[in-house]
Amino acid sequence: MTTTETRSRMTGVGRVLVIVYAVMALAATGRSFVQIVRRFDEAPLAYSLSALAAIVYIIATLGLVLAHRRGWYTIAWVAIIFELVGVLVVGTLSLVVPELFQHDSVWSVFGRGYLFIPLVLPAFGIWWLRTHRPASARAAARSQEVAA
Amino acid sequence: MILWFTIVQIAVAVAAGLFAVIAGLAGRRPSDYTVGALALVELLLIIQVVVAIIAPFAGNPPSGDLLEFWVYLGSAVLLPVGGVTWALLERSRWSTVILGCLAFAVAIMLWRMEVIWMIQVA
Repeated sequence: MTTTETRSRMTGVGRVLVIVYAVMALAATGRSFVQIVRRFDEAPLAYSLSALAAIVYIIATLGLVLAHRRGWYTIAWVAIIFELVGVLVVGTLSLVVPELFQHDSVWSVFGRGYLFIPLVLPAFGIWWLRTHRPASARAAARSQEVAA
Repeated sequence: MILWFTIVQIAVAVAAGLFAVIAGLAGRRPSDYTVGALALVELLLIIQVVVAIIAPFAGNPPSGDLLEFWVYLGSAVLLPVGGVTWALLERSRWSTVILGCLAFAVAIMLWRMEVIWMIQVA
């Protein structure tokens, strides 16, 4: 029943989400690679952040693909929440304290350079994770309900 | 880069993106038409690679960072290949939507490449 559904690889619209994450990971990795190779000394903070964002996108992509395993499900949550906090904090700081982020990072101005996809993506990720709990977590939740 | 060629290329990528996203949301599995549209996007990207190699020797050097340009172009070339591979492995409607999303991503990256080549003042 539900076990076969959750054990199978990602289905449906979740695959689109994974691809968008993978493209973001590729874009962020490529860009931060160039920034660090070329001009790291100009803006160490912004460019370190770019690299960190790229790594988190890679982890989130892997986490979504492997979310049917329990450990990875948790990792996906952590990565996506980190992204959401990152885009909100850096987005706000880049507007309020622009001198801190004169050089673009993925999250500057809420991801404007990436069509605001970084701002929208965590919301979709959280929605997907909430509706696709791994079987083990679901069974645990069910037994808790029974116990209560 | 050659501006008119890039504009044609972006137009083709956007059209392919719209076509595949609409076809996918309408429930179509990847077909010769949607995969073919992505193949056309890929063909134009390969021509762009050739153009980008030759252009600097033909008096059309980039104004921006050539490394950044090639990272974009290299990534863009991989996207349709990855999407089509996925579409062949997983013949569902969502693969068609994915083909469309990747075509849009290529369009955006092409515009960034054009900006790097033409507009940036080092």
